[in-house]
Amino acid sequence: MREIIKMIVVLTVLSSFSGGLLAAIRGGTKDKIETQQLLFVKGPAIRSILEGCSNDPIVDRFKIKDGDIERSFFVGIFDGKANTFAFESAGKGFGGDIGIMVGVTLDNDKIIDIGVTTHSETPGIGSKAKTDPKFSNQFKGLAAVELCKVKPDGGEIDSISGATVTSRGVCGGVSNAAEIYKRLKPQIAEKIKEFN
Amino acid sequence: MAKSITQEFVKGLWDEIPPFRLVLGLCPVLAVTKSVENGLGMGVAVVFVLVCSNILVSLLRNIIPSKVRIACFIVIIATFVIVVELLMQAYTYALFLKLGIFIPLIVVNCVLLGRAEAFAYKNGVIPSIADGLGIGAGFTLSLVSIGALREVLGNGTFFGMSVFGSSFQPFTFMVEAPGAFVCLGLMLSMMNLAGNK
Repeated sequence: MREIIKMIVVLTVLSSFSGGLLAAIRGGTKDKIETQQLLFVKGPAIRSILEGCSNDPIVDRFKIKDGDIERSFFVGIFDGKANTFAFESAGKGFGGDIGIMVGVTLDNDKIIDIGVTTHSETPGIGSKAKTDPKFSNQFKGLAAVELCKVKPDGGEIDSISGATVTSRGVCGGVSNAAEIYKRLKPQIAEKIKEFN
Repeated sequence: MAKSITQEFVKGLWDEIPPFRLVLGLCPVLAVTKSVENGLGMGVAVVFVLVCSNILVSLLRNIIPSKVRIACFIVIIATFVIVVELLMQAYTYALFLKLGIFIPLIVVNCVLLGRAEAFAYKNGVIPSIADGLGIGAGFTLSLVSIGALREVLGNGTFFGMSVFGSSFQPFTFMVEAPGAFVCLGLMLSMMNLAGNK
């Protein structure tokens, strides 16, 4: 009996110490890890969208509460004026969610560029959404307040051949971004002033 | 009876070098040695976990009941592995992306459990540290040497720097999975050849 109690006590104490240590380290590294993920996963897309800006969009970011979730917005300063920003939304693709970074200019509500951040589409077919600039360039200059569709669905985007579902997913993501933008525009305009 | 601290350290470098002599911990040896950098990163992570777990197991060796010792070892090892994983994510994210699943898999690496069971549970703190450092260094050395062989032959580079110039036709087979087995087999046979003399 004594042996069993000893086992239970030792294991319990050991596990609680381990839990406590891990919680402390997790708390200490959380912000750092978030920054690293931004840098390596979303960074390339953000940089290519806001190419030529004079600041570091990953440092100049702000968050807005949208319902239950917090969305991050990355500010790009062009010619000393902060009126362009990028943010992420998602669309349903062939192999799961496609993360899409959308850059929008606040003054004229137009999309400057989009970029795929995370996806699990078929390599070589659906993955072209991320690598083929011919596809993503079609989104440049579209109005950021309207829904966006591929040609077979009555829109104006040429889908990637063999990857209609992926193309629809990207369009869906851009449409979602438009919804978010319409909903949050007043708050975005408010926050972005701080960077001017 | 007790070996000196130096002996405990040195044995890990040749007599008990993990992948070649003990033939333990082969999974990461085969999987992450595509390049020297990956091998070194993995090796350093293992050294850290091994030394920390050896220290703790040796400190607690009189408290841990022998019937649940394996469970205790696993808790200790797993804790330090997660610590390494979090630190890697925070400070060397690029390396973390490359090593991926093999960092959490250090938990089930036999080298760690083996050292805890065979050495740290029976010896004091100082010899356990020496043992951890030695075995860890041996493990790192093996990963780096296999990594170097595979990277140089399979990719024509060492630590990302070109070795042979642009005219070299890479022997791509070496950086793929079968190359790892061939490479490990050759290294093992060399070690045996050298050891049997």
